[in-house]
Amino acid sequence: MKRKGYQGIHGIYLFFFVLLLWQGLALLLDKPFLPPVSDILLNILMTFWGKIAVHALYSLRRILIGIVFTLLAGVPLGILMGYLKKIDFLFSPLLYFSYPVPKMALLPIVMLLFGLGETAKIVMIFLITFFPVVVNIRDDVKNIPLEVFYPVLSLGAGHFQIIKEIILPGAMPVALTSLRLGIGTAISVLFFTENFGTEYGLGYFIMDAWMRVNYIEMYSGILILSMIGLLLFVAIDSLENKLCPWREDR
Amino acid sequence: MIEIKNLNVYYENQNKKTQAISNLNARLPRGEICAIIGPSGSGKSTLLKVLAGIIRNYEGEVRIHGKTVDPKIHRIGFVPQNYGLIEWKTVEQNIFLSAKLKDGRKQIDTAFYERILEKLNIKDLIKRYPNQLSGGQRQRVSIARALLLKPDLLLMDEPFSALDALTREAIQEVFLAVWREFQVTTILITHDIREAIYLGKKIAVFSSAPGTIIKMIENPFFGETDLKLGEAYNALNGRLREILKGEPSS
Repeated sequence: MKRKGYQGIHGIYLFFFVLLLWQGLALLLDKPFLPPVSDILLNILMTFWGKIAVHALYSLRRILIGIVFTLLAGVPLGILMGYLKKIDFLFSPLLYFSYPVPKMALLPIVMLLFGLGETAKIVMIFLITFFPVVVNIRDDVKNIPLEVFYPVLSLGAGHFQIIKEIILPGAMPVALTSLRLGIGTAISVLFFTENFGTEYGLGYFIMDAWMRVNYIEMYSGILILSMIGLLLFVAIDSLENKLCPWREDR
Repeated sequence: MIEIKNLNVYYENQNKKTQAISNLNARLPRGEICAIIGPSGSGKSTLLKVLAGIIRNYEGEVRIHGKTVDPKIHRIGFVPQNYGLIEWKTVEQNIFLSAKLKDGRKQIDTAFYERILEKLNIKDLIKRYPNQLSGGQRQRVSIARALLLKPDLLLMDEPFSALDALTREAIQEVFLAVWREFQVTTILITHDIREAIYLGKKIAVFSSAPGTIIKMIENPFFGETDLKLGEAYNALNGRLREILKGEPSS
């Protein structure tokens, strides 16, 4: 089935339903930790450009740079591991050793190596998204039927032509799917890392509001963080529709 | 002319050497079509891979038009068992691929391309993806891809085996019409004796593994559809059956 991003009418109904439920629950409970959604939306409208936008842009920038590095390193490595047995043999042990390590456990090491600044945060996002991209692409490339290669091999095509014509476009859907899965985790890690060594980013913004017991601001930050996630998912879906048109009928 | 002299092919698996083809000799004049029949696992597909230049580690001589087979020199069209179409390319991109890799996109003979599309009746399918095609349509696309190359040798590995009986008959007829027009030197593997009699000017009978040609038969019924109940036809059918029965399936 063709992905139409999140523009579907049913998606909007569901979104409004959740907001309505939230509003009803907030009015019913009447507690400061669950403010009415109308107050939160109003706060976003009033303070977004003056206060929240800079934090949102910092977070978005960190995620995007991390993703770009993942694509630049993960896609070629996954393709080479899937296509060339020797590369797979060389890198697989390292991959199996490091993939299962909870990446949050690496945070202290990453901070020791890269400091408390931007680099450590981007490295954490890279570490979270890199491994699934490599493993999934490698497995996907290995699963391309040999018969697809025969007509091309019988033409004397070289590795470069085979990768360009067959493997790279074939690996694109799984790269995007891995990225889609990785983004969710990347956002949660980002939230955590933005509580160290920075005063910018939605992680900092949310925790700061929480400590000031400003729940409306805190929820505003959470909602914007969710919107960033949504935006990235929609962007990946659109990219998939553009780069992988053969999947439209699935 | 295709010449094979004293061909021996070995597979090495987990340090165990297995002979796939044993001392095979054959000659096929230019413009001929030869059907190969034989037991499963007898090395027929291996022979095709040697002729396609995919398997290069062999003993003996394999020559196409006087030169040792080399996919970089020769033009070899390969139609594998499950058509080998690339799912992420449109029909047109699939058909163009072989000629594009061999000569470059600009060198494609568009008039010849149009003629092939017309002959194979796939003109309306060129914008589709393989997952939007029936088995018969996929088969025709695969044949078109091989033909556009203007091959010195066309290799087909059980090209019609995955099709239902009616589609198979229809595609066999289309293929024969196309072959008669372009007169490409062709070797095709089949498990169906009737198909071998219908499509093979020569019929090569393979022994069980390690495979070799035990009988090369000149077929007087090539391309004949009306003689299927005739006495001579049945005699040839019976003779081929007897030769194959003498060769236990491996």
